[in-house]
Amino acid sequence: MSDLFSFLIGRLSPEYLPKDPVTIGAAVGMPLAVLGLIILVTYLRRWRWLWDNWLTSLDAKKIGVMYIIVAIVMLLRGVADAAMLRLQTAIAANGAEGPFSSDTFQQVFTAHGTIMIFFVAMGLMFGLINVVMPLMIGARDMAFPLMNSISLWLFVAGMILVNTALVFGGFSNGGWLGYPPLTELQYNPGPGVDYWIWSLQIAGIGSLLSGINFVVTILKHRAPGMTLMKMPIFPWSVLVTSVLIMLAFPILTVTLALLGLDRTMGMHFFTSDGEGNPMLYINLIWAWGHPEVYILVMPAFGIYSEVVATFAKKKLFGYRTMVGALMAIMFLSFVVWQHHFFTMGAGANVNAFFGIMTMVIAIPTGVKIFNWLFTMYRGRIDFKAPMFWFLAFVFTFTLGGVTGVLMAVPALDFQVHNTMFLVAHFHNTIIGGVVFGFFAAITYWFPKVFGFKLHDGLGRWSAIFWQIGFLLAFMPLYILGLMGAVRRLDSYSDPSWQPLFITSGIGVLVIVGGIGLFVLQLLYSIWKRKELKDTTGDPWDGRTLEWSVPSPAPHYNFAVTPTVTHRDEWWHRKKAGIGAPTKADYIDIWLPKNSGVGLTVGVLAGLFGFGIIWHLWWLVLVSVIAAIVVIIRRTMSDDNDYRISANELYHEAARAQV
Amino acid sequence: MSRQTNEQVLERYEKAEFGFWLYLMTDIILFASLFATYMVLRGNTAGGATSADLLDPKYALIETVILLTSSFACGIAALALRFKKVSMALWSLVLTLLLGFAFLALELNEFAELVREGHSWQASAFLSGFFTLVATHGLHITIGLIWGGAMAFYLLKHGTTANSVRKFTLFSLFWHFLDLVWIFIFTIVYLGAAL
Repeated sequence: MSDLFSFLIGRLSPEYLPKDPVTIGAAVGMPLAVLGLIILVTYLRRWRWLWDNWLTSLDAKKIGVMYIIVAIVMLLRGVADAAMLRLQTAIAANGAEGPFSSDTFQQVFTAHGTIMIFFVAMGLMFGLINVVMPLMIGARDMAFPLMNSISLWLFVAGMILVNTALVFGGFSNGGWLGYPPLTELQYNPGPGVDYWIWSLQIAGIGSLLSGINFVVTILKHRAPGMTLMKMPIFPWSVLVTSVLIMLAFPILTVTLALLGLDRTMGMHFFTSDGEGNPMLYINLIWAWGHPEVYILVMPAFGIYSEVVATFAKKKLFGYRTMVGALMAIMFLSFVVWQHHFFTMGAGANVNAFFGIMTMVIAIPTGVKIFNWLFTMYRGRIDFKAPMFWFLAFVFTFTLGGVTGVLMAVPALDFQVHNTMFLVAHFHNTIIGGVVFGFFAAITYWFPKVFGFKLHDGLGRWSAIFWQIGFLLAFMPLYILGLMGAVRRLDSYSDPSWQPLFITSGIGVLVIVGGIGLFVLQLLYSIWKRKELKDTTGDPWDGRTLEWSVPSPAPHYNFAVTPTVTHRDEWWHRKKAGIGAPTKADYIDIWLPKNSGVGLTVGVLAGLFGFGIIWHLWWLVLVSVIAAIVVIIRRTMSDDNDYRISANELYHEAARAQV
Repeated sequence: MSRQTNEQVLERYEKAEFGFWLYLMTDIILFASLFATYMVLRGNTAGGATSADLLDPKYALIETVILLTSSFACGIAALALRFKKVSMALWSLVLTLLLGFAFLALELNEFAELVREGHSWQASAFLSGFFTLVATHGLHITIGLIWGGAMAFYLLKHGTTANSVRKFTLFSLFWHFLDLVWIFIFTIVYLGAAL
């Protein structure tokens, strides 16, 4: 009987319930918030609506919006984590007790990094690509709409696992990349590291599927006439990013799986005993990890290219070199991974090679920066909120790039390796490059999805707060790094560090203010949506195809697939006075039916992950079998599309014109 | 016109095929990472048995022949489908799957023997690498068998339609791909052990 019982409950046990007050607060608050949401939807009788219009939708724009909502909620959690970290370091100086225990502190910085990269930056990226990319290339949908929905729900399943850790079991304390042997069973017997492994594994497989989906979409779904060299830069950046995803994410899958095997099957890949090799893990994870940072930033580069051309009212300067630079970065990003651990002891020649490659990658990036600046040169610049984000990016990202080149010098890196200098550097590039980019994009493309603009003034102020907050939060960290403060430090004895840490904490508060303004901007704009309504479909006097359809964009994107003759096709049409399509241009179109398969696969993947984490092998087995059945049933069915007739389309388009 | 035209179906499968090729490329990266891991850890035997002690190229050669024959049968099935010979396609597919099962049985037998003699995946980093690499291929074979079984039922039900030919194309791509990976395993792991 007790055997059966332990088989059924695995290693679930009351000892894993949260104990310290901070986590108890979160562990009670989060389920209550979810419960409140459920009650609200039930009260409003919106389940049917939610299911039909969102959860089972295969419309890329809706999938994109769901990605972005999840990512923004996760951003709030990630920022709360960051505030906790800086609160601790502002207080715990010179023997003073900080508010958090070392173990909690470690979990918090691990959760902060993991959530910000995988569930904020990646989520925003996939969301925006889904919303905008098909529209920009004149496509009706993604190449594989169902797979797109599966990707989304795998991402959500991973996100839920990360947050479940907070409620029950605790999260990994091994940093966002979970270096072994610390993350091995010997030193970390609890479920924390397993939560980390399986949430990333599940979300990562979703990312891989998305990568394939985007490549096929771009190569096969472009509007007639749109050759690759007539494609706007954003889809180009997505193409290059997706190729990187395809090349890099399988390495992550393997790396996490090997660590998981060490922990669940007693293998010896990275353990201290059995002749395991932890440095192999470090190499593998960075062979994925370095391309990953370009996976995050390249779509942002694409966004800036669109934003700056639109608001400078000029065509993008140096289109060809932009494409070339993206390609160069794609190749180079695979030959720099060792710069993350120059101190490994690979020898002077190896370090020299990777150091030089790292410096070389600054060249294509520099080309892009100058292209953007030259695009502004002699343009009639319209300083709307997206442009504020863009300018903040140019300044911040360039600074981050320069400190990156500094650290590419191995001799210098030995001094600042794993210090606050490094922390400042990568926040400099990720906040300046990625986060600002996505805020620019949300402001820029918001009317296309929802039919009304975001309030411009609040957006500008949000950008200003973020910029000032960023400088306050991270410039002191550069100095601290040079003074010898290592990263992931929960207390220190040198009192001269404290003012700098306090300044940094104030910076975080200013950033929180920036986020508050962004949320306020959203709420205020929803309230004033009648006044901010976009009646033209082209609120910024845009250049590319997404502005040629009404706002909000219809679920089939284009009633008539456009034929492209120019790089800035919509701009060309406006200048040449090419009118709307006539009734004869309309033909029947086919769209995918809604499907609950994506959501089902996501739920099963979440149960699978939960099963492995808690050693509930029956649950693992059941979820795998169920997933196989669901997928086979779907792949063997043929009738998954529905038709909209030319007549219907014509009338709907005519209504939208009025 | 309530159903899609043949042209539209064709276009959809062209996309699916291209996407599947891309997936196979990512799978190559996955295996490449496992191969690299195996090569790095090959000598890390923790004082235990080495690859030369444990791995038998002759046994692996039998597995190789079986798997290659299975791939050949799969090719016959694909051709038969294209010429609309359903029963021949079905029988070739059954042969493909039986040989796949035989391969899997041989592999599991080898694993069981190693474990019985105390050389499990827990014994050393080398053995962890060996078991993971070979079993990942075995897992792919298992997925292929399930997929092939579903394919057989589909053929029974629908015969040789445009849909079935193209669905089968994806399956056969997968099955041939596993051959390719196995050739590398045979060369690097088993022949490498004999060197």
